[in-house]
Amino acid sequence: MTIAWYLAVSALIFAIGVGGVLVRRNPLVVLLCLELMLNAANLALIGFSRMWGNDDGQIFALIVMVVAACEVTVGLGVIVAMHRHRLPIDVDSMRELQG
Amino acid sequence: MTYLIFFIAAIGTLAGAIGVIALKDPFYCVLALVVHLISLAVLFMLLRAEFVAAAQVVVYAGAVMVLYIFVVSYIGGQNLSGSAGPGRAGTLAAFACAGALVAELFIAVLGTGLKAVGTGGAHVAAGFGNPESIGTLFLTKFLAPFEIASYLLLLAAVGAVTLARRRGGLDDGIEQRAPRISVAEFMSARPYYTGTQHETLGRPESLPEPTQR
Repeated sequence: MTIAWYLAVSALIFAIGVGGVLVRRNPLVVLLCLELMLNAANLALIGFSRMWGNDDGQIFALIVMVVAACEVTVGLGVIVAMHRHRLPIDVDSMRELQG
Repeated sequence: MTYLIFFIAAIGTLAGAIGVIALKDPFYCVLALVVHLISLAVLFMLLRAEFVAAAQVVVYAGAVMVLYIFVVSYIGGQNLSGSAGPGRAGTLAAFACAGALVAELFIAVLGTGLKAVGTGGAHVAAGFGNPESIGTLFLTKFLAPFEIASYLLLLAAVGAVTLARRRGGLDDGIEQRAPRISVAEFMSARPYYTGTQHETLGRPESLPEPTQR
């Protein structure tokens, strides 16, 4: 199984994530599509780590997972705050940064 | 055998990813992402990244997805109102964008000068990617990123609590209006139906007036 196969799967997952971010309007699903893109990057990182036989790339993937967890936490906090303020849960109607 | 496992896992990841963007109900989207993450962990195992695969299943498919499930049940699939969405032309344009990205990435992968992409990877020792080697790297070569990541997690936890708490977050001026209390008052018992219970449940109508405990 050559590394190019893993990179192809990674590219496909990344493109699916991009399409989801562009098409979907629910911010929860947009966050899920961001997870897809981060996972695609992780797969490429681990593939390259295997290619060189060096585990530094796996450390990079673990740090990406930490950053993704932080992004999810803050993003879900924003969505819960929107729900508390009775704002519509829709990315098209979020056009202002102010409250 | 490796081929069989690879293709099953790859089809699982791609089907999960397509499920995330195609299903209507956000709850099913989260479940599709769980399928995607577990299949991706199988791919990580094939790439000899055992510890990352275990962390993927425990942290992502375990903890983060439970957080998503809680928020989806809290928000509910309802109040998605307002705009009409991207429309047919917008959807087509978005998928054309994604298709162009795939074509570009495939050209980059196939036309790369890295000859090792066409091989199964370098020869690795027996301990490659196990918890021992990852832990050694984290505590020696990558100690600074490890510590910074822990601070980042702490900041994210504090930020999420600040954003999502009921008393209006930072825009209410409640910090200025809050009365100053002494330590003795803080340590003494509060009346019933105040504090966290009041924030989450509110005071029930049918119960008696708050009394000093």
